[in-house]
Amino acid sequence: MKSASFDYVRPDTLDAVCSCLASHPDARIIAGGQSLVPMLAMRLARPSLVVDIAHIDELSAIRDDDDALVIGAMVRQATALSDPLVATHLPLLAKALTHVGHPSTRARGTVGGSLVHADPSAEIPLVAVTLGASLRIRDANEDFEFNAEEFFIGPMLTMIPPTACLFEICFRKPTSANVGTGFHEIAARRSDYALAAAAAHIEADDAGIVQDLRLAIGGISDFPQRLPVDVNIDLSAGKTNLGSNLTTAIDAALDSIDVVEDMHASASYRRRVAAELARRAVDDALSEIAQDLS
Amino acid sequence: MVHDMGSKPMRDKKYRFLSQPRRVVEDRRFVAGKGKYIADYDRADMAHVALMPCHLPAARIDAIDASAALDMLGVIDVVTGAELVAAIDPLMNGLDTPKVRRYPLAVGQVRYAGEWVCAVIAESRAIAEDAIEHIRLETTALPYVLDPEQALRDDSPLVHPDHNSNVLLDKKFVWGPVDDDFAAADHQLNFCVTWGRNSTVPIETFGVVAEWNAWEQMLDIRASVQMPKYADQIAHALGLAGNQVRVHYDIDVGGSYGVKRGIKHAVLIGYLARKLHRPVRLIEDRLENMRAGDAHGPERKFDVSVAFDKDGTVRSMKMRALDNAGAYAGRAPFQLGKPIGAIVGPYRIGSVAYQAISVTTNKAAQEAVRGFGQAPTNYALETAMDRVSAFLDMDRLALRQHNFIKTDEFPYLIPSGSTYDSGDYHTVIDKVMAAAEYPKLVATCNQLRKDGMMAGIGIATCLEPSGGNSSFEPLLNERNQTTTWMESCQINIDALGTVTARIHTTSSGQGHETLVSTVIGEILGIDPDSIRVVRPNSLESLPGNSPVGSRMAIMLGGAAARAAEKLKAKIIAIAAHHLQCDATRIDYQGGAMLSANGRHITWDDIIESAHRQIHQLPDGMDPGLASFDIMQVPTGGDLPKDGKVHMYPCYSFEFHLVLVAFDPIIGKPEIRSYTIGHDCGTVINPAIVSGMTYGGIAHGIGAALLEEFAYDESGQLMTQSFLDYLMPSSHEVPDIQLVKYCTPSPHTVFGQKGSGESGYLGAPAAISSAINHAVAGLDISFDKLPIRMSVISDKIAAATHHRSDSG
Amino acid sequence: MNITIDINGKNVSAAIEPRVTLLDFVRDVAGLKGTHAGCEHGVCGACTILLDGEAVRSCLILAAQAEGSQITTIEAVDGTARQPGELSVIQDAFCEAHGLQCGYCTPGMVLAAKTLLQHNPTPSREQVREAISGNMCRCTGYVQIIDAIMLAAERLQGRNQPANGA
Repeated sequence: MKSASFDYVRPDTLDAVCSCLASHPDARIIAGGQSLVPMLAMRLARPSLVVDIAHIDELSAIRDDDDALVIGAMVRQATALSDPLVATHLPLLAKALTHVGHPSTRARGTVGGSLVHADPSAEIPLVAVTLGASLRIRDANEDFEFNAEEFFIGPMLTMIPPTACLFEICFRKPTSANVGTGFHEIAARRSDYALAAAAAHIEADDAGIVQDLRLAIGGISDFPQRLPVDVNIDLSAGKTNLGSNLTTAIDAALDSIDVVEDMHASASYRRRVAAELARRAVDDALSEIAQDLS
Repeated sequence: MVHDMGSKPMRDKKYRFLSQPRRVVEDRRFVAGKGKYIADYDRADMAHVALMPCHLPAARIDAIDASAALDMLGVIDVVTGAELVAAIDPLMNGLDTPKVRRYPLAVGQVRYAGEWVCAVIAESRAIAEDAIEHIRLETTALPYVLDPEQALRDDSPLVHPDHNSNVLLDKKFVWGPVDDDFAAADHQLNFCVTWGRNSTVPIETFGVVAEWNAWEQMLDIRASVQMPKYADQIAHALGLAGNQVRVHYDIDVGGSYGVKRGIKHAVLIGYLARKLHRPVRLIEDRLENMRAGDAHGPERKFDVSVAFDKDGTVRSMKMRALDNAGAYAGRAPFQLGKPIGAIVGPYRIGSVAYQAISVTTNKAAQEAVRGFGQAPTNYALETAMDRVSAFLDMDRLALRQHNFIKTDEFPYLIPSGSTYDSGDYHTVIDKVMAAAEYPKLVATCNQLRKDGMMAGIGIATCLEPSGGNSSFEPLLNERNQTTTWMESCQINIDALGTVTARIHTTSSGQGHETLVSTVIGEILGIDPDSIRVVRPNSLESLPGNSPVGSRMAIMLGGAAARAAEKLKAKIIAIAAHHLQCDATRIDYQGGAMLSANGRHITWDDIIESAHRQIHQLPDGMDPGLASFDIMQVPTGGDLPKDGKVHMYPCYSFEFHLVLVAFDPIIGKPEIRSYTIGHDCGTVINPAIVSGMTYGGIAHGIGAALLEEFAYDESGQLMTQSFLDYLMPSSHEVPDIQLVKYCTPSPHTVFGQKGSGESGYLGAPAAISSAINHAVAGLDISFDKLPIRMSVISDKIAAATHHRSDSG
Repeated sequence: MNITIDINGKNVSAAIEPRVTLLDFVRDVAGLKGTHAGCEHGVCGACTILLDGEAVRSCLILAAQAEGSQITTIEAVDGTARQPGELSVIQDAFCEAHGLQCGYCTPGMVLAAKTLLQHNPTPSREQVREAISGNMCRCTGYVQIIDAIMLAAERLQGRNQPANGA
């Protein structure tokens, strides 16, 4: 299981990366390599040039931009997981990161690499969609950005042009002091890619009225998707059991999703479990808020 | 956690080293990364091989054009099946199916997706893989068959048209008055269960390096192998004399558990080394290993009928076992034969009808896997016990206890001709129930159910036939008259008085060096850590049959003990001569001294006499201190008679008690509690036996829930990498409570039985039992392994939906 | 391309193809055979090494990516202080608990354990389970491996020392 031959470059600026990509239409960027290297080994990916972005310093930084936290594309998953800013401002990402691979792959795998790889079951894309993260991309000296919700278009398929490089991801910080999150995923083995996953990020005002409920699912369709759930939730009297309203809303939202099927799980399984995990994620998030309020 | 529950009689302390908590000799080199595995063996000028697969399940090979590949820099040769068939003999096959020929590469026809059609030899593995992409393979797709029942039908495509049938084996046995017992029984029930195709999948793939020395006319083979009569089979296929093939046994094998047979690989690489006059190496990559490494295990469908009385007495059983051998014969059909030696498990079932059918299909070839077919059979048997209990509304354990062979009934002759040596099943059950705090376990199960979980307790009892023999070969093939299945050991005490033992097999983690040094140390009364155990090559070795059939504690331990006893007798004779007394008066006190009548002689004096002072030896005694032993399997040696044969000498017992819980929607079984009672007679090294048992359970958890070589309808293997073939990680294996008990075997030197297959033989049945117990209230059941979480959830949802519809 | 990698405190230089993985570099170029190839696609963990002190899978890293990093393999698990034949505390604990059988996954397990105990000197069994969950073992069922790592943790804390101080 040896890769086909390729050339390798290690630019030290983002612009140099872009010019490598522009001159080699079948080049591939390597960040942590945790997804690309096995694809190379199985010859499922056959680039003529591999462009290593690990030596561009600014890609490895986590930056506090007042109302947002900006994570460099090259930030290792393990680094993000242990970062205090992430823990404070992006509790959902911190939760999800513990589910990403194993400690030994998180030590190498990057936040940006996981997003661009766009595995439908991956945790980081699901979080990005849930939180509506902005993916900032440079293409031929020009910067632009995608909202995560429009970035993923299919299994291992994104809007990023082949000549472009994701350089940072901007996550808006919560605007409310009362934030709750929930993340659940199910796989045959704990560390595998999820058969179904759900993430919830909820913000409530000081009276306990939910102002923002963000819920998304992954693993069951071609890419992670938001579940629009329009339900009024009032936590002022503490948290009660989730009403049937919410369950109905989740089921209804899931109805419009095309669910995939493979040898590991049927479509009906994925749909059923996604609904359950979505309920649990919301439940966790509301419990956190209720606890903070009490 | 290990509970040592002693033995009956309570474990005596007569052993100084045996059964004592001692370190495993081999571990030192392994923890330092200093094992000597096949991929670590480097040779200058070594050529590397990669194998080109064909991805059709059945196809005629019309042409192979390797010219572009051969033009590439670094490519040495490309060899096809057509070239091989002209140069070598087909691989040996224990069955009488001469038209089912197997060569290392496909010859004329491809018979499963992934089958190797040509070998590329190059200066590096990467170049060999590059070259494969430049070989043009022209094929015509042929009809194929994947399902074993379909393969039996007259209109099925034939995997081997020359054989004129897909049936490799179809044997019917009737042991005892089956029809009478069925007629007399109060009830009978029928069911079908299926054991999915899985395997042991060692973390090291198979590898082999061959070197041909034209001046000596010698083929040197180093391989990560566990295969009886390996050198003989290689020589046979290559048309070499037996003493022209030298297999080196001092290779550490990175796991095998039965599966690393590697015969087609060695024949291919041996052929290439001779042809090219260069060392040639093949280290399978994971894809080659999974698709076509001859490394799949049984895939077996059981149709079972049991006849039983109101009181729970199981009188008789009819079992039809249909095994999907895949595309070639290999050892697969014999894996239907070994379970005959324990066909009634630990139960007093008075008569059995057994039909063993092995068919070819267009799937990868199956080889030997841990237990050699016993684990699937145990799964079917234990399912029968659970179904009978449910039918009678009787406690599952009580039913088993009611049917157990009782301690005072040993030796116990079962209907198919084997005699069980010893056991105390009831006591093991009692001890496990106590250790697991069964009432608490039931309470936990009930509480989980109250909390909305599905929860069930699983039980399985089973036997591990051990002391590996091959009497199933003549039983299934009258023309095969093999009754010998020996193992051997040599010991030498050098002129400095230190002991070296030679064993004649590779090792794949079983701790043979520890086994042999412990046994010899025990008998000679010297520190086992001072004894060196070496594994020479096949030409320097005595005959043996490698660690198959859970046999090494019995057979290698037996041969080592007998060789040590011979040495000890010689030492005593020398001492008696010195001390001028009868040998019976000598008090042998280990390595220190021997005394009689207050006089003594030291170990050093004995060594001096044996090595340098023949004038001090008894008349006629040869000099030196060396011995050897070639040991036949105890109780083995008879040919079958009337469809019956005594199979293995020893029968270890295990009882699994597990609590499994899962959310009804998620369906993911979590093992909340796992206790196993294990009786393998006298234990030689406790840590080795515990480790094997835990490992066997982990492997069984995989077989029950996760692992399958699954093919899609177009004949493609869907689980050909570790991304889809799911082996349990540390998350999926719980802490396990191990309750040890010891009922010595009367047939072995120390009372030891085998344990190399322990855990695996009962874990799948126990987990299946627990899941089925959990869902029993929904009137559904799971009758195929692995039981995938999605299937559990889907079936529960369907049942619940059905109920709410009808209710 | 020419690359130089610091492996076990020594610079190893070679001209290699960019497609060479760190695993193949360690085994074939540096000649350190204690790092094992199991699946070559990043699942089994047999090829685990330490990169800048953290356990990683060497089959998932191109050798070229590792330039400038410090690699530690099983051959230098405890630095270079020990003599050949002398075991580190973790290795010794694996022997004591027989946390292995065939030895093929063992170097990876030892290194995963080392990383864990550096970050968390007093792990729970569950934390040990998580730390080795990316390292497949087909022999042991993990039970005695976890025992070994728990024992190593105790001994590194100065407790449960072997009686003879070995």
